Parts: sequence; C-alpha cells; structure tokens
Amino acid sequence: MTETATTGAQQSFQLKGATVPMTSLELLYFDSDSFEATLRDKIRQAPGFFRDVPLVISLEKYQGAANELDFFQMIGICRRHSIHVVGVRGGDDDHNRLARNASLALIPAGAVRERPAPEPDDKIVTEDVQTPASTPQAASPVAARIVTQPVRSGQQVYAPEGDLVILAPVQAGAEVLAAGNIHVYGPLRGRALAGVHGLETARVFCQSLEAELVSIAGHYKISEDLQDQGWKSAVQIQLRDNLLVVTPLDKA
Amino acid sequence: MAKIIVVTSGKGGVGKTTTSASISTGLARRGHKTVVIDFDVGLRNLDLIMNCERRVVYDFVNVIQGEATLNQALIRDKRVDTLYILPASQTREKEALTQEGVEKVITELSKTFDYIVCDSPAGIEHGALMALYYADEAIVVTNPEVSSVRDSDRILGILQSKSRRSELGLEPVREHLLLTRYNPARVERGEMLSVADVEEILAIPLLGVIPESQIVLNASNQGLPVILEDESDAGQAYEDAVARLLGEEREHRFLTGQKKGFFSRMFKG
Repeated sequence: MTETATTGAQQSFQLKGATVPMTSLELLYFDSDSFEATLRDKIRQAPGFFRDVPLVISLEKYQGAANELDFFQMIGICRRHSIHVVGVRGGDDDHNRLARNASLALIPAGAVRERPAPEPDDKIVTEDVQTPASTPQAASPVAARIVTQPVRSGQQVYAPEGDLVILAPVQAGAEVLAAGNIHVYGPLRGRALAGVHGLETARVFCQSLEAELVSIAGHYKISEDLQDQGWKSAVQIQLRDNLLVVTPLDKA
Repeated sequence: MAKIIVVTSGKGGVGKTTTSASISTGLARRGHKTVVIDFDVGLRNLDLIMNCERRVVYDFVNVIQGEATLNQALIRDKRVDTLYILPASQTREKEALTQEGVEKVITELSKTFDYIVCDSPAGIEHGALMALYYADEAIVVTNPEVSSVRDSDRILGILQSKSRRSELGLEPVREHLLLTRYNPARVERGEMLSVADVEEILAIPLLGVIPESQIVLNASNQGLPVILEDESDAGQAYEDAVARLLGEEREHRFLTGQKKGFFSRMFKG
C-alpha cells in the first residue's frame, strides 16, 4: 500500500501545465445594451463557433470608468449566449479587484501567447524527424490540423502546411492529405497521402491499416501490396531508401 | 415545430420507401400528426406502398409551382387518420424541386404537423440533396453488404456537409442506422456482414434491424406498410425502431436465426 501511495498511483488527480486556445474580448467601454447587441451580431455570423467557448476579457484597451465595469452583467450576458467568461487580462488594481469579486481568474497582461511554447513538464521525446533545414519554416512549427469527425467516403481532408491528426475512422473512398505526417486514431480505410509537397521524412500512423492507398512524398503502395505487412493492425509507415516500410507500432 | 426526418441511403433498392411508409405509419399510429413526402420525382412509389395511388390528384410539384394548395394535394391515410401522404410527381423533371419551393412546403407543413418524413430518391443527385437538406434527423437505410455500406457512408458525409444544419453551423443532423434485409442465417455462414460489422464501419447509433422476410414483399404488393403486420417479425422490428426513434429503450430482436430452436431443443435434454 505504502509503495503505491508514494508513487502517486492512487492520487485522485495530477496537476499539469496546459496551453488552451481561448477567445479574448477586447473591451473598449462597457454598456450592457451595446455589449449584448454586438455579441449577438458576432454570434449570428458564426453560430456554432462561439457555443460553450471560454472567453477572456482583455482590459488592455479599456477606456471607460472603473465603476462602469460590471463583470456580473457581462458574465450574465455571455451565459445567455452560451459563452463562459473565465478570466480577465490586464487592467489596473481597481479592475482586478472587481474581477476578483466576480470570481474571475486574473491573467497578467501579455501572458496569453500567440503561439504556445513548450510546457516545462512536457516529457515527449522528439524523434529525429524534423523538417529538413532547407524548409524556411523549420523554426516556427505549423499547428496540426485536427479532425474529430469520421472522414466519410467521398470526403477529402487536407492539411496544406503541417500534420493532420484524425481522431476517427477514415472510411473507404475518403482521402486525407498532409504536407507533414498523418495520424489516424482509428481505422485507416481510405487513402492517406503524407508529405504531399515532397517531405520524405513524413510518416503515416494509424490504429488499423486497412487503406486503399498510402503515399509518402509521392511514393505509394496500394491496398494489394499492403496486405502482408501489418494489415488490420496498428502501424507506422515511412519511407526508407525510396521504399515504403510498414512497421508495427508496438515494436517501433 | 415539426421534426423533419429524412429516410435516405445513397444506394437504390435497399428499402427507403418501405421504411418511410412504416416509420411514418408507426409515428402516426402513436398519435403524432405525420406527413410523409415522396421526393422521388419521376419514379414515384410511395403512393403504391401506402395504397393511395388511385386517390392522387395533385402532387408535390403542383404545390411548389402554385398549381394546387397543400390541402388539395395531401392525401389522408384510410387506416391511420393522423397520417397524410404528399405524393411525388410522375411526369415532371427532378429540377422542378427548387430549394425555395421545398422550403415553402416544409415551412407550411411544419405549422400543423408533428413529424415530416422525407422519402429520398436513390443517388446523391438533386432530388436526394433536396430531401435531406432540411432534415433534423436522418434514418440511413443500409443492407448488410459492402456496396450498400459504402454508399451509406457517402450519404453520411453529405449530411455533414450539405444539409441546412451544417451550412448554418447548427447542431448536426442526428443520424440513425437502420439495417434492412438482415438474414441471420446468412450472417452465420459468413455470406453477409453482421450488425457489428456495419456498426463498426459506419460508426453511428443503430436504430433497428429489420429481418429479411417474404412478408415485406407481400405487404408492399398489397399496398400495406409492413409495420401494420403486427404479427410479423419485420412489422415488430419496425415498431421497435419507431419506439427507439421516440427515445424509448428497446432491446434489439431478430438478430439470430430463428431455426436455432431445433438445435437448442436437441442439446437441452
């Protein structure tokens, strides 16, 4: 018992650093009517986009008086439109006191980064699969495109710059393409084309290889030639000496 | 506001019209005011299966083009009095179904009906797109064979990208899988995909499994929605599907061969 307790296996939770994308609302002044009207207008332009999103109210450009800053009203209006105010960024001591009274988190000005930096407890060991030095973007990684819905027959999903991550099946008759790697956390039944701009170090990962075609940087194999290696199991596919090599993921 | 349900499949001949007839009859029989619309302009069948072909005066296209009112075109079912049929036109072009026209008819029907069931034509052309555009829910009719499953997958993709709900960014169309012509004996012999296979491939919730049955064909020929054959396994399976569509929990039946009784009797003693 003591052994498990010291290893922490029985803790009910662990704290981890995380970078979460958030929408920030740059407030210039607060007037409840015009606030709600503007919000409603923004939501109408993209109805699904704002549903249940976390929102940070940025006060860096706030010009109104502190006593007009009614966070309770703001929270109420946002709640009515299914938006959740989680915190306040910037502002002076008065503003922060008001925000604290409304149980909002205080985020120091400038702390919201445009591009997430690696977290200190990030233990992921990077493999030696980097974009070649010739690529000018090697220094600033492009965010992966993430798809959570099944990619159905006849549909095509394309990540023109970075990786493509699919958390659902890629069905027969569907096609997924990426400039970088392709990860399919589900069966890959359709066509997967990684490294479409010629990146030869790109790889394809999938939980079950049932593909019609797999291609890396233009080198491809069709279903018939994929049958004898790792068919219907979790594999990665990479290019070695101009040949596509399929290796099981558990032995990678 | 009415709930709009499209019955679709991509592939032809899998049982869309049979399903539309039975599901709409089932909903109406439970007291919901229901209308079933035949979107298959030029190849109308629904009126045959509903046994009202001799009462068709005006049709869907007449209403769209303002040549008749909805009340003139709607046919009241003789067996279930909360059920109405809006037949397709047999003589017009498919393009007669304009998006504005369809919207006008559906909006007007929404005012007085609880459920609008849209019987889609096969394929992924104009008629099928019109049938699914306004849907809140979709019943994807699939036979347990590879080509039908593939076409269902295609139509699911279209529901996600070309329906009104997807275009406006609303909550997506609720998808239901209805497996028809299921023959447990052939599944056991490995000649047919199993329920589990199809569910695994399509990854949408299962609404029901309709066993392959001579009764379905007989009922169609007599102009009787098979759900009204209360004694038959296919009729009961449709009744279960309607119950599940309305949110009831029901165990799936008719998934195993019925002739098993003989063997189990042999080994019991």
